[in-house]
Order: sequence, then C-alpha cells, then structure tokens
Amino acid sequence: MEKTGIIIVSHVYEIAEGIHRLIKEVAADVDVQVVGGVDIKEIGTSFDTALAAINNSSAKNLLAFYDLGSAKMNLEMAMEMSDKTVKIYDVPVVEGSYTAAALLQAGVNQENIEEQLEEMHNVK
Amino acid sequence: MNIEMGIRWMELFNEEIQNEKNYLTQLDTPIGDSDHGNNMSRGMAHVVKAIEEQKPETLNELLKLITTNLLSKVGGASGPLYGSAFMGMMKAETAGEEWAKILKTGLENIQKRGKAEQGDKTMVDVWIAVVEAVENGELTHELIDEAVEATKPLKAKKGRASYVGDRSIGHIDPGAYSSGLLFHTMLRAETE
Repeated sequence: MEKTGIIIVSHVYEIAEGIHRLIKEVAADVDVQVVGGVDIKEIGTSFDTALAAINNSSAKNLLAFYDLGSAKMNLEMAMEMSDKTVKIYDVPVVEGSYTAAALLQAGVNQENIEEQLEEMHNVK
Repeated sequence: MNIEMGIRWMELFNEEIQNEKNYLTQLDTPIGDSDHGNNMSRGMAHVVKAIEEQKPETLNELLKLITTNLLSKVGGASGPLYGSAFMGMMKAETAGEEWAKILKTGLENIQKRGKAEQGDKTMVDVWIAVVEAVENGELTHELIDEAVEATKPLKAKKGRASYVGDRSIGHIDPGAYSSGLLFHTMLRAETE
C-alpha cells in the first residue's frame, strides 16, 4: 500500500504546533506536516508554505486539513502544482486530522477513514 | 493590450496600491482581517521589482511573472485569487485569445478557486461587470466605480466577511476595491 501522510495548514503557528503535538500522541509513525502562519509567526497562510509542506512529506498520498478558507485556497493551488495525490477534507481541523492520523496509525485504509470523516459533517 | 501597455499597467497599479494601501486596510478592518492593504502592497512591490530585474519581452512573459509573484508574495486569500486570475489570463494569451476573452478566463479562474457568484460581495462582482463591458467595448472609469460601489449594500456570502453576516452590509468589499484599481489602471495604460 502506498504510504499516506497528513498535511495541516493553519493561520496560526501555535494552532498548527498544538494540533501536531496532539496528533503525535496517537500517531507517532504517521508523517504529519504542519504549516502555521507565514514568515514564522505572522498570522496567515501562503501558497509557498503549503507547497513546501506537500513536498516535504515522505508520503506520496496526502490527506489535507485546514482552518479557514484562504488556507484551503492556498492548499488547492499547491496541490495543482504538485505530482502527489492530495485530498482536502472540509471537516473540523482538530478532530478531522486527529481522527485521520489515529486511523492511519492503526493501518485503516483511506476509504474507511473517509467514512469516519463524513460523520463530522453532521450538525446536531 | 501589448507588452509596453502591460508593463505600464503594472507600474500604475502598483502606484495606486501603494497610495491606497491604508484605505484598503481600512476597508478590510470592519469586515475582514485588516491585511488587504499590506498584502497587495507587498505583492505589487515584488511584481514591479521583478519586471525591472527580468525585463519581460512579451505579454505572456509578463503575465507569467505577475502570476508567480502575486501567488507567492501576496498571501491570504488574495494571493491565490489574483494569482489564479493571472494564471488563467496567461493560458488564454498562450492560446491566442483576444483581450476580452483573456480577462474572462481570468474571471473564470477566480470563480473556480473562490466559488463566488455575482452578488456575493466579492472581487468577482467587479470582474463580471468589467469583462462584460470590455466584450462590448464599453469600459469606462464610471462603470468601474459603479461596480465597486455596488458591493456596498450587499451582504457578504464568501470570504472572511461572510463570518460577520449582516454586519458586512454598508461596507465596500476590499477585494472589489483593489480590483477596481486594477481596471482603472488598465484603462489608463490602454488610453493614456
């Protein structure tokens, strides 16, 4: 099976780092690339850093998560410029990336991961 | 449009963006994240610098240079949106299309990226009005101003302004305003 990794793009360095710490608790072996802010600690996202995260991952297949709309747009531009397979999920960034990472660590395939992510769309 | 006009266009657009930087930020403060002035200012400074250094000789080279710099240097949502616009324009120019069709392809790429429709209170509202006017050979400064001003009473449906809902009503959209500057300066570069 092709190696699958995770990309997280947030507007804020601390958010990205915080999610990264959280995820590492349950998915020590999953390649998780996080981008937080621009120019180290300014708030925002950029095409360049999103593309760098995709390229820096050791995985060819990537599940991508983001916090706000412009992060998604930069991710979309970056995935179009990359040879890797990237899929962006419109789910809550913390729960979504945490769930995906935990399942990847457990050896669950992408189809089953997506079934779990699908449930996060429901507003109760 | 040709390479000389194109370079002049970018020089004029840069001047306007630098002059109006604070106003753009002011527009972005009640309904956005106050970064539009700084983002556009940084991006256009890089575009003008790259023109001086790389001396593009064709319209296509110029459009490519604008695309790369806006995409990488503007940041936020405006970077990918303006970057997508110029990328679409570059591709249409490569295909040998007329200027009206080139602008229309730019608009289509913005909509593909940002998913905004007419009336969502975004830059798309200005681009739609301008593309239609260019197709009919009727683009004027007044028409551009009217298209920008028309975003004021609308409620934002896309972008950061949509989070404030009804509170976006009564404010000009910052992306519509910067697009207005883009087309005012295009018209000046073509006619002056």
